[in-house]
Amino acid sequence: MATEHEFDVVIVGAGGAGMRAALESSQRAKTAVITKLYPTRSHTGAAQGGMAAALSNVEDDNAEWHTFDTIKGGDYLVDQDAAEILCNEAIDAVLDLEKMGLPFNRTPEGKVDQRRFGGHTRNHGEAAVRRACYAADRTGHMILQTLYQQCIKQEVEFFNEFYALDLILDGDPQAAGEDGEVSVSGVVAYSLASGEIHTFRAKSVIFATGGAGKVFKTTSNAHTLTGDGMGIALRAGIPLEDMEFFQFHPTGLAGLGILLSEAARGEGGILRNSEGERFMERYAPTIKDLAPRDMVARAMANEVREGRGCGPNKDYVLLDLTHLEPAHIDAKLPDITEFARTYLGVEPYTEPVPVFPTAHYAMGGIPTTVQGEVLRDNTHVVKGLYAAGECACVSVHGANRLGTNSLLDINVFGRRAGIAAAEYANATDAIPSLPADASAGLEQTVASLRATVGGDGTERVAQLRRELQETMDMNVQVFRTAESLAEAHRVVKDLQERYTNIAIHDRGTRFNTDLLEAIELGFLLELSEVVIAGAEARKESRGGHYREDFPTRDDENFMQHTMAYKRADGTVELDWKPVVVTRYQPMERKY
Amino acid sequence: MTATAEAPAKAGAVPSMTVTLKILRFDPDGLDGREPGSEYWEEFTVEAHATDRVLDALHKIKWDIDGTLAFRRSCAHGVCGSDAMRINARNRLACKTLLKDLNPSRPITVEPIKGLPVEKDLIVDMEPFFASYREIMPFLMTSGPTPERERLQSPEDRAKFDDTTKCILCAACTTSCPVFWTDGQYFGPQAIVGAHRFIFDSRDEGEWDRLEILNDKAGVWKCRTAFNCTEACPRGIEVTKAISEVKRALTTGNV
Repeated sequence: MATEHEFDVVIVGAGGAGMRAALESSQRAKTAVITKLYPTRSHTGAAQGGMAAALSNVEDDNAEWHTFDTIKGGDYLVDQDAAEILCNEAIDAVLDLEKMGLPFNRTPEGKVDQRRFGGHTRNHGEAAVRRACYAADRTGHMILQTLYQQCIKQEVEFFNEFYALDLILDGDPQAAGEDGEVSVSGVVAYSLASGEIHTFRAKSVIFATGGAGKVFKTTSNAHTLTGDGMGIALRAGIPLEDMEFFQFHPTGLAGLGILLSEAARGEGGILRNSEGERFMERYAPTIKDLAPRDMVARAMANEVREGRGCGPNKDYVLLDLTHLEPAHIDAKLPDITEFARTYLGVEPYTEPVPVFPTAHYAMGGIPTTVQGEVLRDNTHVVKGLYAAGECACVSVHGANRLGTNSLLDINVFGRRAGIAAAEYANATDAIPSLPADASAGLEQTVASLRATVGGDGTERVAQLRRELQETMDMNVQVFRTAESLAEAHRVVKDLQERYTNIAIHDRGTRFNTDLLEAIELGFLLELSEVVIAGAEARKESRGGHYREDFPTRDDENFMQHTMAYKRADGTVELDWKPVVVTRYQPMERKY
Repeated sequence: MTATAEAPAKAGAVPSMTVTLKILRFDPDGLDGREPGSEYWEEFTVEAHATDRVLDALHKIKWDIDGTLAFRRSCAHGVCGSDAMRINARNRLACKTLLKDLNPSRPITVEPIKGLPVEKDLIVDMEPFFASYREIMPFLMTSGPTPERERLQSPEDRAKFDDTTKCILCAACTTSCPVFWTDGQYFGPQAIVGAHRFIFDSRDEGEWDRLEILNDKAGVWKCRTAFNCTEACPRGIEVTKAISEVKRALTTGNV
């Protein structure tokens, strides 16, 4: 029997967005945070380079320039009202963190220091601007630690190593129609330590579950980033927006995918091909190595394709820091240079570092309003349900996110979702009751997976996951075509079929991570199909989505968001949603 | 087990080798005829590359040989702090320890970190560790009105506590400390590192609240300067130095 809990607000996920929401919500309403990891393990802590805000601490800057850069960087798929909020609230978001104690690097006058980052410019593209507030190359670590410390201070209630795996709504969001109403009732979670199932009744639920990078093989993402929140929402009948837009970060350690911050280029690092050429001069003459990530990643992949890759297999390019002073590297880029030493045995003081694009960030996700309310179609919200951070799509990143805008996103929209969820809870009379069989679905899933131990199943979770990640890397990465996507689609459908025939090893109740990996693979398989379906339908190239068979942007047909629905029969169906345009008409994207 | 490099290796290919991991396991459920709570050693042999991490070898075991093997991990590159374990009798992160840096001609021993209750295999109960962290009040304490803009801090003042801001709460230091193993009350080095990060932050006004906590019987004076913690820290924090700075502050009354 499931253990029952009652809260005003339940937050799922304890990374930056979840904890920023918790700090607001727990001041206003009885709040619980359910998290599959200890909060300090969340992947916000792996973010490196900085958090954008037009503080103007070191040079002239303003929020309007930041807004323009965000919209242009997102290749005009950004909802412009959301981008305005992001950039206007950025300054307070940084100052709030400083007041919470975040140890930013400082200018000689003692202010928060700022540095350059890709796509962030002065006066609509004139030159790179110093907008990224940072703490060495561990800004995300400092944000995660600071938010956790504040949660300790505020005595936020955490349920650590609880996997939320089911969302309970009081109706079918796809059947509610124009006049109907659907509200959240709570979530169902699995406790890793005990193997027990817990139900959480709540007036408001916030999803802040992070990304889904593990659909790819080469990724900067943690093993735990399996898109659980997006998958749960999709299964509950909620659409996912713009999932075909995945960011490939230019500088992953070659062969490993471990992230080397764009700050390396912000601090003066240069990308070179096998001829030693600074090839970005050809692709982005004005801001060169600091062009947005989609452009740099494509340029790198193109250099390799045209035979100018480095190394014995000519399959990577080089990030050159050797002209920088070692003391400067130590002060500004200590962690990433240590990664190069530890994992590749390369000394960045004297040797260039082998790098290649790595799957990094999902621009798409659970569609929300600027208050973080989850949309069940283009206009109607699910009452009491919120989402923020990478699992959400508000959409401030459009087709390509600018570096340092995600640490900003989690703080601005995490805060907004926390406030909105608590206010909604306080305006709602009673905590909704859960149906008697609320936990039945998850109990059934767990029992049937346990029953596969020693059974007839012939498929292994790890093998299916490997095949999924390989086809995604091969066919759905920086370059895509109708053929490559069709091949990936075929493989994924086949893997979904084989998934019904898996066997796991562990029948135990306590810390059964074998069981959880099987459940996580289920999410990855469903999300991959949504990514591929969106990519197949979008017959244009925009931001992180590049179709070799449709190499240009097509605003007439495709300046709109993809909305992917999972229907009751399991098929994925696509619809479109208009982009919100306030003052910036699309123009050609040159840097 | 002998490590054998496959020769000749393809140009640029990393040589593969055979490694044996000898893992101290703990079965809380009592499966396969074991008593619940059984502890036992088990050896696994896998093919790996020299540049693979111990975490990669553990994954090979879990994914291809024995799915019941339990360990925590997340980021896999040394920043989330999930996978501290005792590898060849030293506390390290499995994702930051490369096989080539261990002696692969002998089995690599892998045990849970010591001094915290074992839950299953390499997973321990972290709650006592986090409880010590919470006790030193690890958050900025200030008085007076909140300023409109940021609090100013010179780069020199910022540098005074830079080292201890790197902590990822992995517990490698605390669970390498011989005093922590034997003394059930000692906070352990991490809590002192966590306190140091605020005590020496020029913006913070709670230094004496924390110093008082660290001055008590479970606090900083338990440290016998064994340096295990400094050696164990995967982030390269000079833990013993931080502890001595706290001790000095208590002795001199100056922060």
